[in-house]
Amino acid sequence: MIQLEQVTKTYPKASRPSLDNVSVSIEKGEFVFFIGPSGSGKSTIIKMLLHEVAPNKGRVVVNGKDVTSMRSWKRPHFRRSIGCVFQDFRLLPNRTAYENVAFALEVIGKTKAVARRVVPEVLELVGLGGKEHRYPHELSGGEQQRVAVARAFVNRPLILLADEPTGNLDPDTSIEIMRLLDRINRTGTTVVMVTHDSNIVNQMRRRVVEIESGRIVRDQARGVYG
Amino acid sequence: MRVKYVLSEVLVGLWRNVTMSIAMIITMAVSLTMLGASGLMYRQVDDMKDLYYKNIEVSIFLTQEVTEQERTDLQTKLDSDPLVKDVLYVNKDEAYKRFKEMYQDAPDLVNAVKPDQLPEAFRLKLNNPEQYKDVYEQYKDTAGVEEIIDQSRLLDKIFNILTSIQNIALAAAIVMAIAALLLVANTIQVAAYSKRREVAVMKLVGASNWFIQAPFVLEAVVAGLIGSLLGLVALVAAKYLLFDGSLSALQGLLSPITWGDILFIFPLMAGVGGLVSAGTAWITLRFYLRV
Repeated sequence: MIQLEQVTKTYPKASRPSLDNVSVSIEKGEFVFFIGPSGSGKSTIIKMLLHEVAPNKGRVVVNGKDVTSMRSWKRPHFRRSIGCVFQDFRLLPNRTAYENVAFALEVIGKTKAVARRVVPEVLELVGLGGKEHRYPHELSGGEQQRVAVARAFVNRPLILLADEPTGNLDPDTSIEIMRLLDRINRTGTTVVMVTHDSNIVNQMRRRVVEIESGRIVRDQARGVYG
Repeated sequence: MRVKYVLSEVLVGLWRNVTMSIAMIITMAVSLTMLGASGLMYRQVDDMKDLYYKNIEVSIFLTQEVTEQERTDLQTKLDSDPLVKDVLYVNKDEAYKRFKEMYQDAPDLVNAVKPDQLPEAFRLKLNNPEQYKDVYEQYKDTAGVEEIIDQSRLLDKIFNILTSIQNIALAAAIVMAIAALLLVANTIQVAAYSKRREVAVMKLVGASNWFIQAPFVLEAVVAGLIGSLLGLVALVAAKYLLFDGSLSALQGLLSPITWGDILFIFPLMAGVGGLVSAGTAWITLRFYLRV
């Protein structure tokens, strides 16, 4: 599903590479944590999978598509197969939970009728049934992240990328979000999550890839934060 | 739904930053009015050239002491000259008659001039008015010739003035167009900034580039089209007030500008206004949104 082959990325003006000869292979349906200290290069991986930054060396293949050689005009269509969740939720403040999710559908050309059918379903799935018409500021942090997950998942992507999704949440709320991601993973969606929340990693007991200074130092099938 | 979405985004966009939109539309209108005016003048000058140059004459004035022989020689030469289409001899009496007619409002002047003070002349029509120089070179040293005057020299001066007015209008149009372009670029930047969250989400979930850009580009196009409509109104007003109003005394001199001429120039203004704004908006977005 996702292959990084000897990927090296050095940002201009940086003294050392953010990723140094990294190779990882992720199968369909896997749940993978990328852990490591700040600046270790975890987020660069997410950006590469989104075709936001290109590697200097090596190859990145996502969904069978070589992202390294992908032309930028193909990026929009490529992104439709990937859902994305961030630490800061990135919801539109002037739209309700329903409208935020529907927006993601409508801007890729789905009709309002499709949105009316699919959006309540996915909001129910993330546990926000009954709160469709609340604005982000009327929701708790955990609920806002649920809206973000609903938005990422509404288009049934093959891959869900989560960049520190629990970074702004308290431990209990974090665990609820993790349960949600786990449930999404069980539908067959590959989940890649970048985090430094040791609690969560230890509880989930999933594959852990640890990165330090741009190199993979550990890749463990049912790992802990360590 | 998408068309409706894009259109409502355009209106919201223009309204959100309404002072800037108005500034953009006004500059664009002035620029396009200048462009339209200079286009109209271009046609106008062309029409006038056709009209005037057709009736142009070259006059060869003879000296007071010209002999019968010299005059006849000259006449023969002129008659057989391939450059010359038509020759008309004007003797002193006729010249005086014309003079009296021309200055009938100034009897003092007419009384002060005696018939034999006015020179005899040949009035020529040339096959090609632009070959005046050749005619001039050929006859200027001929015995009995006092002076050769080409009316087209005079016309050239008038047309030079008209052409420079036209160039000034065009230059003003270009300067205003630059101001309009900068305003378009700025408006689009402000619009993109105020919609940065939406744009970020759209890019994230894979909205196509045209879908992200269309509302911004159309916003500029709509402003450009409104600008060109205002420019059309300005030209109509100018025709109504200037040509049919205060300049109507010059009606015989200036070839008329018809409503058709103005309607003909409008697509040019609208096209330039719309396309140039769209291009500017698109380029601004490439730098600003990197989509």
